[in-house]
Amino acid sequence: MPVPTPETQGFWDGTNAGELRLQRCDACGKNYFPPRPFCPACASRKVSWFKASGRAVLWSYVIHHRPVPGFKPPYAIAVVQLAEGPRMMSNIVECEQTPEALVLDMELEVVFERQNDTITLPLFRPAASAKG
Amino acid sequence: MRRNAVTVVGAAETTNLGVIPDLSQIGLHADAALNAMADCGLRPKDIDGIACAATETPVMLAHYLGITPTWIDGTAVGGCSFMIHVRHAAAAIEAGLAKTILITHGESGRSRIGNPARPVPPQSLNGQFEQPYGPMGPPSMFTIPVLRYMKTYGVTEEQIAQVCVVQREWAAKNPRATFKTPISTEDVLNSRMIAWPFRLLMCCLVTDGGGALILTSAERAQDFKTKPVYILGTGESAETPMVSQMEDFTSSRAFRVAGPTAFQQAGINVRDVDHLMIYDAFAHLPIYGLEDLGFLPRGEAAAFIAERNTAPGGSLPLNTNGGGLSYMHSGMYGMYALQESVRQMRGIAPAQVPDAKISVCHGVGGMFAASGTIIFSNQDP
Repeated sequence: MPVPTPETQGFWDGTNAGELRLQRCDACGKNYFPPRPFCPACASRKVSWFKASGRAVLWSYVIHHRPVPGFKPPYAIAVVQLAEGPRMMSNIVECEQTPEALVLDMELEVVFERQNDTITLPLFRPAASAKG
Repeated sequence: MRRNAVTVVGAAETTNLGVIPDLSQIGLHADAALNAMADCGLRPKDIDGIACAATETPVMLAHYLGITPTWIDGTAVGGCSFMIHVRHAAAAIEAGLAKTILITHGESGRSRIGNPARPVPPQSLNGQFEQPYGPMGPPSMFTIPVLRYMKTYGVTEEQIAQVCVVQREWAAKNPRATFKTPISTEDVLNSRMIAWPFRLLMCCLVTDGGGALILTSAERAQDFKTKPVYILGTGESAETPMVSQMEDFTSSRAFRVAGPTAFQQAGINVRDVDHLMIYDAFAHLPIYGLEDLGFLPRGEAAAFIAERNTAPGGSLPLNTNGGGLSYMHSGMYGMYALQESVRQMRGIAPAQVPDAKISVCHGVGGMFAASGTIIFSNQDP
């Protein structure tokens, strides 16, 4: 389970509040992830948290077939491309874990899954607008 | 660095490869180091520089082997650490920081004697932003970018499986290869599913072993009985410790920096290359490597391999020991790729490429995290 640090606490505060929070550079406008208190593009320390839309597309993934505590194989380990630009690793839920159901570039939306008192994970499901 | 200023004069693997239950990890380092010293007739007192990668440190190895170094390097960036050690050692010899440098590797990858598991720290960025989603090491992480590559270029699972088939053909020519029995595309695709689209035979072996190299100036190389192998060019780079944060899922930025840096220093282009090693922890790596090093245009490497251009008898002999997929892979494979390049340049490889004069050895560290490239030659132009 993740253990937040001072630099990442804002992200985990966001997921606990039901928000996917990213950072934006006040100097150059770059949206970035994972969290850090400066801009990886221009090194400015003037950066701000903002609430992302939660919209994403499925960028790439594998379907894991081996046992891992807390997971029921087969399950997809995915990277999603957020609408705001950054990519992040996640799981795809409310969707069959098959190559047929998991189509690259399918539209996704964030959902939040509480793990314990301090950690809520951002997961992604097929977007309501994309469901048939 | 002046061209051809530094040479490899000593090179050896551990006495055994595969399952080695009677040596701990530091013992594997020592076995390889003693073999490399015997290869070129040196003793520990003749060595004044030492490099190795984690878990062991150069301090541990200097003490264990009885070496008093004037230069040490503990660069540990995964499986290409040894390419980077070669690069740093060549620069150090050029700069006069040391005269005779030993690079060692030992890894009890299978028996895990003196090689404890290293969990991902939960406060690291990997621990916070990748580990929660259920990966279990490289087979479920290093493979994640590949579907994007396949969609971008229309590459098939069958083509990726061909990488494994061709490398097994090379392994069959190597008595020390772990797997020598020929396999078909169907064998690969029907092997146990690990992390779709990756099957067991698309993933590297997990074995025990080690290797060591000894470098000195070209000027001194004539004092040794071994055929000198010249270092023409070197490169290194890093991108990200998190595979999810690669800039481009169809290409490695670290490869695109390390490879061309080495080619530029060597003053050669890809058409000059007679023999090629591309670190193959998984079947997609030779595909990415061939394109990122400039051997092929984007999207063409899988078909190039499937059409047998890198197979025995093909125009570009690649991973001629059988690679991490079939020869051996203890966890950090780069040392074994370097050993095969040196054997090819000495003309003593079991699957020797006739008249090979230039060998390129390209490594990856972590999961597209880092990279190192070394260009060798047996010619002193």
